[in-house]
Amino acid sequence: MFSAGAESLLRQAREIPDEELKKFCSRVSKLLQKEDVGPEAIDALQRLFLIVSATKYSRRLEQTCVDLLQTTLCSPACPEQLQLLCAAILRERSPCDSLRLSCEHVQNARQLSLVASVLLAQGDKQQEVRSVGQHVFRVLESRQPEGPSPRPLLPVVTKVIGLAPGALQEDQTNLLSKRLVDWLRYASLQQGLAHSTGGFFSTPRGRQPGPVTEVDGAVATDFFTVLSTGQHFTEDQWLNVQAFSMLRAWLLHSGPPGGPGAPDTDDRSELEGSTLSVLSAASTASRLLPPQERLREKAFEYCQRLIEQSNRRALRKGDADLQKACLVEAVLVLDVLCRQDPSFLYRTLSCLKALHARLCGDPACVRALLPVAQFFLNHGEAAAVDTEAIYQHLFTRIPSELFHSPMLAFEFVQFCRDNLPLFGRSLGILKLSFPNLFKFLAWNSPPLTSEFVALLPSLVDAGTAVEMLHTLLDLPCLTAALDLQLRLSQAASERPLWDASLRTPACLEALRDSRFQGLFQHLLRAQAAGTTERLAPLHQLLQPLAGCARVVQCAEAVPTLLQAFFSAVTQFADGALTTQLALLLLERSDSLFQVPQYEARVHRVLSSQFLVLCKLHPSLVVELAKELLEFVGSGRGIHGTGSMLTSVVWAIGEYLSVSWDRRCTVEQINKFFEGLEALLFEVTQSRPSATLPKCPPQVITVLMTTLTKLASRSQDLIPRVSLFLSKMRTLAQSPATSSMHGEEDAGAVRTRATELLNLLKMPSVAQFVLTPSVEVSQPRYHRDTNTALPLALCTISRLAEKEAGLLPG
Amino acid sequence: MVHAFLIHTLRAPKAEEGLCRVLYSCVFGAESSPDDGRPHGAERDRLLRKEQILAVARQVESMCRLQQQASGRPPMDLQPQSSDEPVPLHEAPRGAFRLAAGDPFQEPRTVVWLGVLSLGFALVLDAHENLLLAEGTLRLLARLLLEHLRLLAPGTNLLLRADRIEGILARFLPHGQLLFLNDQFVQGLEKEFSAACPR
Repeated sequence: MFSAGAESLLRQAREIPDEELKKFCSRVSKLLQKEDVGPEAIDALQRLFLIVSATKYSRRLEQTCVDLLQTTLCSPACPEQLQLLCAAILRERSPCDSLRLSCEHVQNARQLSLVASVLLAQGDKQQEVRSVGQHVFRVLESRQPEGPSPRPLLPVVTKVIGLAPGALQEDQTNLLSKRLVDWLRYASLQQGLAHSTGGFFSTPRGRQPGPVTEVDGAVATDFFTVLSTGQHFTEDQWLNVQAFSMLRAWLLHSGPPGGPGAPDTDDRSELEGSTLSVLSAASTASRLLPPQERLREKAFEYCQRLIEQSNRRALRKGDADLQKACLVEAVLVLDVLCRQDPSFLYRTLSCLKALHARLCGDPACVRALLPVAQFFLNHGEAAAVDTEAIYQHLFTRIPSELFHSPMLAFEFVQFCRDNLPLFGRSLGILKLSFPNLFKFLAWNSPPLTSEFVALLPSLVDAGTAVEMLHTLLDLPCLTAALDLQLRLSQAASERPLWDASLRTPACLEALRDSRFQGLFQHLLRAQAAGTTERLAPLHQLLQPLAGCARVVQCAEAVPTLLQAFFSAVTQFADGALTTQLALLLLERSDSLFQVPQYEARVHRVLSSQFLVLCKLHPSLVVELAKELLEFVGSGRGIHGTGSMLTSVVWAIGEYLSVSWDRRCTVEQINKFFEGLEALLFEVTQSRPSATLPKCPPQVITVLMTTLTKLASRSQDLIPRVSLFLSKMRTLAQSPATSSMHGEEDAGAVRTRATELLNLLKMPSVAQFVLTPSVEVSQPRYHRDTNTALPLALCTISRLAEKEAGLLPG
Repeated sequence: MVHAFLIHTLRAPKAEEGLCRVLYSCVFGAESSPDDGRPHGAERDRLLRKEQILAVARQVESMCRLQQQASGRPPMDLQPQSSDEPVPLHEAPRGAFRLAAGDPFQEPRTVVWLGVLSLGFALVLDAHENLLLAEGTLRLLARLLLEHLRLLAPGTNLLLRADRIEGILARFLPHGQLLFLNDQFVQGLEKEFSAACPR
C-alpha cells in the first residue's frame, strides 16, 4: 500500500522548485478557465493538492490560480469532484492571509458547506466563525419546503457553536430548536422511494414502499429514530439522523448557562417549578411550552425509545454496534436533560435503574455501563439511589474479567479520573479496588501510564500505601499472571488475547498447583487485602514469561509510577509510615521479578526515594538501625550499579547522629563503623574475586566519607579511619587498581581520600563540616548535597596545606 | 465533535529507517491562536497545525507498534493476501489515548486510532465524546477508503486521490460531525457517493 513509489512521490511534491510550481500553477489556471473542465483538470488539481499538503511549510501559489480556485468553488454549475478538490486545496493552505473567499452569495447548501469548511479553517481572528454561522442560518431560514435539503448545513451549525458559542442569537436558537423537534419526532414512518431508473419498462407507481422496520426486522412500533431501517430513506428521515447526531451538543449550547454547577437559587426555583411541570408532563403535545423545553421533552422521548430499541436483537453486526453507541448517547443526553431540568429526574430514574440491571447481566454491553454509572454519580444524591452497590459491581467485577479490552480500559480509567471530585463517600471503594484497577495498567501500560500517574494521588491512602507499593513493584509479575489466566480461561476457538509468540509456557500448570494457589490468588485479588505476601516463589515460577513484550512494556512503566506514588505518599505520610516504607525498599530491592533491565531502573528510583524518606523522617535511620546494619553487612547492594547501597550508606552517614535523633548511641555509631569498615575492606581487595563484582567508585567514596563522618562524631575512631584512609590512598595510587578500575575512578578515590585525611587533621572543623547542625543545613547553602561537601573539603584542604606550613611539626 | 482525521504510515515493528509520514489529514475548524499581529502569524499557525498532526501520527504509530509487540503477533504484512478478501477490521489493532492540554493541542483531546496493514487511521476528538460511536465511525471510514480507493490492490496509493477521500469525509464525517448511521443509511450514502464520484 505504501510502496517506495509513494515515498518518492511525496518527496517530489515536497521538493518541487518554486519556478516549476509557478509554471504548474499557470497550467492549472488555463485548465480551469476552459469551458469544459475535464479529467486533465481533475488530475492537475489532485497533484496541486499533494504539493500543498505534503509539506508543513507554506508553498507560494500564484494569486490568479488561487482566485480561480475560489471562483470555481463558488460557481453554481460545478461538478462535485472539482468543488471538493478546490475546497481541499484552499483548506490545506489555511490559515492564509490572502484568502478572498466569502460565503455571501452562495445559496446551494452543499457548496456552502464546502466554502464554510475553508472559512472555518481560517481561525477566528476576525469573527469569521460568527459570520459563517450567520450566513448559514440565513440560508436555513429561507429554505423552501420543497427545495433542496438543508442536510449539509446542520453539521456546519454544530461546528460553529462549538468554535464560537456566542455565534447565534436567541431567536435563531429557538427557531432551530423548533425545527429539531419536527425532525426528531415527526419524521415519516414510510420508507423512501427508490430513485427510479427511468426507462420504458419502469412503473413509477409499481411498488409502494412499506413501513420502516426495527433493526430486528419487525415493523416499526413507534416514531422514527436512528435505529429504524428501510430500503430507502426520505429526506426528513435523513434529517432525523442529523438532528440526533447533533442533539447533545445543541442541548448543551442552548441550555441554561452554568451546566452541572448551576447556582443553588436556580436549583431550588427549578425544583419548585418542577412540581407543576410534573403534573403537566403527561401531556406531551403541549405546544404552549417554549421551544427549549419542548425540545427537551421530545429529546427525552427519543432517548427512551432508543433504550427500548437497543434491547432488540439486530440482524446485522453493524446495527448491533450502533445499538450500543446509541445506548451510550441516549444515557448521555438524559444526563444533560436532567442537569438542565431536574423534573426529568423522576421519570429517568426508573428507566435507568432497569437499564442498569439489564446491562449488568450482559458482558457485551459493558461499555454502556459507564455512562449509566456516571449518571448515578451526577444525580444519585438527589435521587437517593444506592450508588455504593453500583460502584461495588463496577470496580470489583469488570476489571477482573475485562482488563484485556484496550478501549474499555481507557474509558474506565478516564471515568475514574474525571469523576474523582464526585465520588464522595464512594471514594473508599475506589481506593480499595486499586489491585483491580492495576490490572488495566499491567495489561495495557503504554496508553494508560500517564492516566495512572494522574490518578495515583487519589488512590494512595495511608492504610493501603504499603500494600500498594508492593503491588507496584510486582506489576510486571501481575502482567505475567494475567497472561496465564487468559490462557487457561479463554475458549479455544476465540482469537488468542495472550502473547501469541509464546506457545505453552511450562508454568501454565503452576496456576493450578495447590502450593501456589494462595500466592496467585493474592496477586490476582480484586480488592486491597490489608496484608502483604512475599511473592518471591512466583517470581521464579513466572520467569519464562519475563521476556514477553507485554511484561517488558509494563516493567518500563513502573519507575514512572513509583515516582508518582512517592510524590503522593510523602505528602501525608507520618513517621511510622515513612519508616515502614523505607524498610520495604530495603527488603524489596533484591526481591524483584527479573525482567531485563527492570532491577537497574527500579533501583535508581528506590535509591533516590529512600533518601527522600530519610529526609522526611531522619529518625528512621536510628529506628531501622538493625535492618540497615544487616543490609550493609550482607553485601547485597553491591550488585549492579550499587545505587541502593550508596543511598543507604550516605543516609547512615548523614542521619546517624544525636542531632537528628537523641536515641543514637555511641555504641550504634561504633557498630556501624565496624560494619562499614568491613564492607569497604571487602570491596577494595586488590585481588579481583569471582564472587564480588567490580565495585563502582561511588560506593567506595561514599563508604570513605561515611566512615569519616561517623568518626567525627565518635572521635576515638579517628586514628582508625586515618589509617584506613591513607591505606586507601596508597591503594588508589597503585597500578593494579588503576588497571582494574580505570584512571579516572582511581583518581577520584585518591582525591577524596586525601580530602578526608586533611579534614580529620582538624577534628572540630571536621565535625562542623561533616555533621552540621540543623540550622546550618539551609537549602540556600546545601541545595545540592553533592557539591556542598566537596566544596567545603576543598576549602579546608587548601587551608590545611597553608596551615601545615605555618605550624611547627 | 472531531477536530481532525488523519491517515499515516505504520512502519513494521522492527524497522529502524524511514519516518512516519502523514499521507492525508483534514482539520475541521481551527483552534484559537494567540492574538498577535505578527506578519507571519498565519504561516506559523499552519506550521503549528501540521506539526500537531504529525505528533499525533507518531504517537499512534508507537502505540500501534507496542500493541502489536505485546500481542506477540507477527509484524503486519505489508501486502495483504488477496485484494478480494475483506480485511477483518474488527480484529485490527486499535486503541485510544488522551492528549493533555498543551501537548500538542491547546485543549485536552482524545485520539482513537485503528491500524490496518501498513496504514494508520486516527480521529482526534474533543475530550468527552461518545467513544463507541467514534470507534464505529473510524472503522467505517477505513472500510470505505480501503474499498473505494482499492488500496489493497498492488501499486495503488491514496496520495493522488484526494477527491475521493474528501467525498467520503463530506458524507460520512461532515465537518467532523459523528453520525449515527445504521447499515442501510450507510449503504444509501455509499450509493450517493458512487454516483457523484464515479471511478
